[in-house]
Amino acid sequence: MSTEVLHNNHDHHHDHDAEATSKVVFGFWIYIMSDCILFACIFATYVVLHGNTYGGPSGKELFEMPYVLVETFLLLISSFTYGLAMQAMYKANKSQVMMWLAITFLLGLGFICMEINEFHHLILEGNGPNRSAFLSSFFTLVGTHGLHVTCGLIWMVMLMLQLNKHGITAITSRKLSCLSLFWHFLDIVWIFVFTIVYLMGVM
Amino acid sequence: MDHLLGKLSLAAIPFNELPAMLAGGGMVGGFIALVLLITYLGKWKWLWTEWLTSVDHKKIGVMYIIVALVMLLRGFADALLMRTQQAMSVGANHGFLPPHHYDQIFTAHGVIMIFFMAMPFMVGLMNIVVPLQIGARDVAFPFLNSLSFWLFMVGVILVMLCLIVGEFGQTGWLAYPPLSEKEFSPGVGVDYYIWSLQISGIGTLISGINFFVTILKMRCPGMTLMKMPVFTWTALCANILIIIAFPVLTVTLSMLTLDRYLDFHFFTNDGGGNAMMYVNLIWIWGHPEVYILVLPAFGIFSEVVSTFSRKRLFGYNMMVYATACITLLSFIVWLHHFFTMGAGANVNAFFGIATMIISIPTGVKIFNWLFTMYKGKITFTAPMYWTMGFIVTFSIGGMTGVLLAVPGADFLLHNSLFLIAHFHNVIIGGVVFGYVAGFNYWFPKAFGFKLNEKLGKCAFWCWLVGFYVAFMPLYVLGFMGATRRLSHYDASTGWHPLFVIALIGALIIFAGIGFQLLQVVVSIIQRKQNIDVTGDPWNGRTLEWDTASPPPFYNFAFVPEVHSLEPHWDHKQENGMNAGKPKCPYEDIHMPKNTGVGFVIGLLAFTFSFGMIWDIWWLAIISAVGMFAGVVYRSFDYDIDYYVKAEEVERIENEISNRKIA
Amino acid sequence: MAHNTHDSSHGTVKSYIVGFILSIILTVIPYWLVVSHIMSGDSLVFTVVIFAIAQLLVQLIFFLHLGTSPEQRNSTLSFIFTVIVVFLIAGGSLWVMWNLNYNMMDH
Repeated sequence: MSTEVLHNNHDHHHDHDAEATSKVVFGFWIYIMSDCILFACIFATYVVLHGNTYGGPSGKELFEMPYVLVETFLLLISSFTYGLAMQAMYKANKSQVMMWLAITFLLGLGFICMEINEFHHLILEGNGPNRSAFLSSFFTLVGTHGLHVTCGLIWMVMLMLQLNKHGITAITSRKLSCLSLFWHFLDIVWIFVFTIVYLMGVM
Repeated sequence: MDHLLGKLSLAAIPFNELPAMLAGGGMVGGFIALVLLITYLGKWKWLWTEWLTSVDHKKIGVMYIIVALVMLLRGFADALLMRTQQAMSVGANHGFLPPHHYDQIFTAHGVIMIFFMAMPFMVGLMNIVVPLQIGARDVAFPFLNSLSFWLFMVGVILVMLCLIVGEFGQTGWLAYPPLSEKEFSPGVGVDYYIWSLQISGIGTLISGINFFVTILKMRCPGMTLMKMPVFTWTALCANILIIIAFPVLTVTLSMLTLDRYLDFHFFTNDGGGNAMMYVNLIWIWGHPEVYILVLPAFGIFSEVVSTFSRKRLFGYNMMVYATACITLLSFIVWLHHFFTMGAGANVNAFFGIATMIISIPTGVKIFNWLFTMYKGKITFTAPMYWTMGFIVTFSIGGMTGVLLAVPGADFLLHNSLFLIAHFHNVIIGGVVFGYVAGFNYWFPKAFGFKLNEKLGKCAFWCWLVGFYVAFMPLYVLGFMGATRRLSHYDASTGWHPLFVIALIGALIIFAGIGFQLLQVVVSIIQRKQNIDVTGDPWNGRTLEWDTASPPPFYNFAFVPEVHSLEPHWDHKQENGMNAGKPKCPYEDIHMPKNTGVGFVIGLLAFTFSFGMIWDIWWLAIISAVGMFAGVVYRSFDYDIDYYVKAEEVERIENEISNRKIA
Repeated sequence: MAHNTHDSSHGTVKSYIVGFILSIILTVIPYWLVVSHIMSGDSLVFTVVIFAIAQLLVQLIFFLHLGTSPEQRNSTLSFIFTVIVVFLIAGGSLWVMWNLNYNMMDH
């Protein structure tokens, strides 16, 4: 367990930055842990209720796998490009950071658009969330993930604006680190959505 | 339906129900009186700059506790109403509370006592004490601390508002579906319930993360985990439980919300819903919740017993491991709340055995407290009285819990008054006694003067005697077959005399609460006689007693460095009670700025939930956008901290030393 | 700007590429196994879950930099604890609900 020792020296700012970053990033990681529990509950509910189709369609009838694969790749590539944005940040290359963030944003936006499209079609066909418990839990699980991604996209825009104004500083890099944790976490959750909802749904 | 005001209309105000109008009227009257008083004293600006926008953990802690005590009065009023009703409502007499009103009262009683009395009391004590005990200047995220408080207040306001505008749920404090679904609870009651819990729950989760990071990352140099005070250990474990359990509550309430608002089918009777999943999920939250409440109480007892026995806590390591065991085990017992729902013998056996096992580490703790007292030099202060009352009372409650843990016995006792007696036994004996002991113990640290001892002891005796008189009859009633939540029963049951005794017990507790209020008022009036000049009124052992009472806003002029489990005690043995001035020069201290953003987001969260409850969609949308704008504003605000100049620190420290000498 | 001296806690371009390629492989294989109907039943479920866990570990290590060095220890430990709790809650719920549903059936 590391306990930072405060020195009676004049390097206050540097010490403060390192300490503050360590606290904030760790605190954000702990929030991510609570989000794991959140998703675990929704997953558990999905597994319990996915057979309750109430006479309506099941996943096998509804899911289009190639479409889902494209969505999956959009998100996976965006996770990779965000990683490249972080590498650029460590090399203090502001314009590269902005470029990779912009690409990540577009990929994430593409994912969301595809998902909204999928939901829209289902609802139009009469297979919305009020059709059955299966569909309620499907829409909630996939929708909650989508809501998280959307918040991540909004946050990304906010950070790009702040980066533009302040450049790469202790504070902006701390915020980028937090978003990095969030964004990668969302791709990890998607691995399980892809597997448990879609792959197992069409077996 | 008027689109501008959704479902809201004058019909929402219960003009035809006298009890509700009286209660609501009293509440509104009290609120108006408070507003007038603040205006008369000219204290609005002071209130805003010193308290409402404060990010200081000590002030936030005080605010939490003040609200908790007010809500204790409301929750207890509900209890008195229920006791009175049950003492009267037998045979031809149906009491004064019609069933639909009675059902709201027992629902509100549970919700208020758990969410708006016990939780904030705990969070308030953690706020005041933990940073001081670990030698820190504030919590890890002071702004989030303020936000957590205001989100909690939204829940309080909603639960108070429904007294006069609308109604509350009639479902019991956990709002099981299908009763809580739209089909069977079409009114706004369950919506008030959902939003007040959801919003304050988010505040609690944020607090959990805040304190977890604070304890792990902001301990002063030398304070390893195994040198932390026991209260901080129990706070750490309680916060771990909060971080794990509250997302479950968020999800479960959200699903109920989706069922009610958007016609989803998670827990409905039709559509393939499964109401049992709600019960399962809500108790996955519910069981850790009671450990969240009791672990810090155990921590308080450890501090109090050690201080007032003038002896180091017996078995510190064992206490830490026992706390950790309880934390882990609390995740594998939840099914004991619904043995009778039909999971079968194997499942029931597993959870029953796990439940019995969890009583063991608690037993270890009780012995450790007793061994601490053994051969100690005991001073019988009010906190010590509460502690000794706890040891006896909680042990009895724990034993009835082990009885209930046997699935076969539980099939007879589930949802009987035996159950009610058990959990009140452990919650009052454990949680309430603990927090009141902590309140008496740390009051001088927060305010600079001690509470009146005599009145504190009177309060204790009333609570202790009152508790037994009120709840022992309920154990008997449970064995006699009396179910919970009954607003009327037959004379032939023979239950009536026991309900009358229970009412008398409640009235004795009422006197206890009266003494507590009197204690606070008298202590404030007599504060100069009870002033705490040294900062260490009890001859304490841990770091918080190393500061002035109250501490300066930055807590420590110099970050302490510790070498042992009882740094303040050892410091005193080495240097005597008044250690000399420090030899190093003072430094600039980095502190966060006050901000009104937490208050504003809270206010918008209130208008959002009000809009959602009454279907006032434009209000909900504007409020949601506003909350989002608040978050964005805060994110773009880079001017959130400042440095207190060394000269200012020196001035304040000199003032404090002069007060000690004078 | 905060200088970082620990490569293990924030990775390199190379480690991101490795993680990315592994993730693609671990996505495509189970996808193909399912849509081509080569396998079925319990063995397919088991295989697909293994691939998901493998990709989880790849992304945890290469994208989230979980590891055993002193700076990473806090995060890794809290993650392991969370996973344990997730298993207890999700697994426990499935066990409980399955038993409840079984007892509700007509038999």
